[in-house]
Amino acid sequence: MYDCDDMWNTLCPMHLRLDSAGVIVHVGPTLAKLQAGIPFCGQSFHKVFTLLGSHADLPVVDLLARPQVKLSLRLLAGPKLALKGVLVPTPMGAVLNLSFGISIVTAVREYALTGTDFAATDLAMEMLYLVEAKSVAMGESRKLNARLQETTLAAQEEAFTDSLTGLKNRRAMDHIMDQFLASEKVFALMHLDLDRFKLVNDTFGHAAGDHVLQHAALIMLAQTRKEDAVLRVGGDEFILIFPGVTDLETLDAMADRLIRALEKPIESDGRMCKISGSVGITLATDYAVPAASQLLADADTALYAAKNAGGAQHRFFSKL
Amino acid sequence: MHGLINKAIQCFVLDTYGCEAWREIAQSAALPVMQFEAMLIYEDALTEQVLDGSARFLDKPRADVLEDIGTYLASHPNVEALRRLLRFGGAHFVEFLYSLDDLHDRARLAVDDLDLPRLTLVRHTENHYSLLCAAAFPGWGHVLVGILRVMADDYGALACLEHCGTNGQTETIDIMLVQTSYARGRAFVLGQQPVLDENNV
Repeated sequence: MYDCDDMWNTLCPMHLRLDSAGVIVHVGPTLAKLQAGIPFCGQSFHKVFTLLGSHADLPVVDLLARPQVKLSLRLLAGPKLALKGVLVPTPMGAVLNLSFGISIVTAVREYALTGTDFAATDLAMEMLYLVEAKSVAMGESRKLNARLQETTLAAQEEAFTDSLTGLKNRRAMDHIMDQFLASEKVFALMHLDLDRFKLVNDTFGHAAGDHVLQHAALIMLAQTRKEDAVLRVGGDEFILIFPGVTDLETLDAMADRLIRALEKPIESDGRMCKISGSVGITLATDYAVPAASQLLADADTALYAAKNAGGAQHRFFSKL
Repeated sequence: MHGLINKAIQCFVLDTYGCEAWREIAQSAALPVMQFEAMLIYEDALTEQVLDGSARFLDKPRADVLEDIGTYLASHPNVEALRRLLRFGGAHFVEFLYSLDDLHDRARLAVDDLDLPRLTLVRHTENHYSLLCAAAFPGWGHVLVGILRVMADDYGALACLEHCGTNGQTETIDIMLVQTSYARGRAFVLGQQPVLDENNV
């Protein structure tokens, strides 16, 4: 002869039985583990659970008249776990079988449940296994993604950097110009070309030329602010971008300072290399709709005006 | 071969013998990469090269290296997540042994392109079992011997394990249970957060 409670406890360890007044009269062994101090047995259903969803606010006794009801409910005590259930009326009241649903991970942790707390046919263990296995697999994927991103960034950085001077290169220019234009911030653009660089190269050789370029790059970095961009866009051509600068006087002074600094003789292997610079300037504020190609072309035009006037000077495109 | 398996071999060498050992093995195996990525697929030949390289470097038969890898996988703190996944198999050692029949499909649930061997447990007597291991890649049986030995300890069972050779693509492991509750075993808390092997990045 089987014991009816034993059978119910084995098949549905999370079931409970209600009497016709809605008082809990029996609790399955796993559900019993969720009791925080006060036993569920003997308490009214509504002292332990709150109904959610379409049956919220209904007294549980109202449900006893229905053939069977799918319920969504929450424990009032402890971590207020959400539970799923099905209530089946019996001549004495009702049987309510519960399941953790999606809150299973929290439940297992909070109540220190083990494999034996679930019915042998329950997919709970498979679900928990899957949650862990997936998080391990996802962790590996995430690590791979992080490494790939790092490699991509490093490759991008390398592709955008001039290896001789460490400045950004022509490839980076379009990118930087687009960023400035997209942010709709004002900026000034300088196109700087070294004077007499070809002479240094031809007279003292490429090693001296390279040294001069590196030195010139350092001067430009030293004379500009951290937020300014300095790019080497050709053999001895540089582009300087000054965000936030709109007045001609500041640019006037900046261009002069750069040219004077470049004119200090540069020593390379005991020989003194003398160069200078010519600069063409244009301002984004001079354009109704500034376009990168237009700004660069205009700075270039201003640069050649400075060169044609003998070099070692600067010109504003707006004043040509 | 799945990157997870190659990465497991790499982690075994790194965690047991150190960076220098791995560098030498990777070089002697002429690997095109210094680090395996767990979630990429590699040529099968690479796995063979790494295993041969490891056996050469450690001056051990390949079967012993494979068994050591199994021991490592089930016991090293850096790969604790794996031991936890194995413990999901059952509440005691015999239940765990039977759960191995599902190992292939369980692995597929988590990582659908991971092809672990198909395992079948055969019961001879209450204390005597054979585990049949069918895989395209020979040597899995030795890895399993290492894993099973640790898991027996983990469950607190006393078992004698022996690799009984290969027939075609099937390897056989003989399992003699001396005592199922020999020692206390290691704790397994179901609701513990999985431990990721952050040290192996």
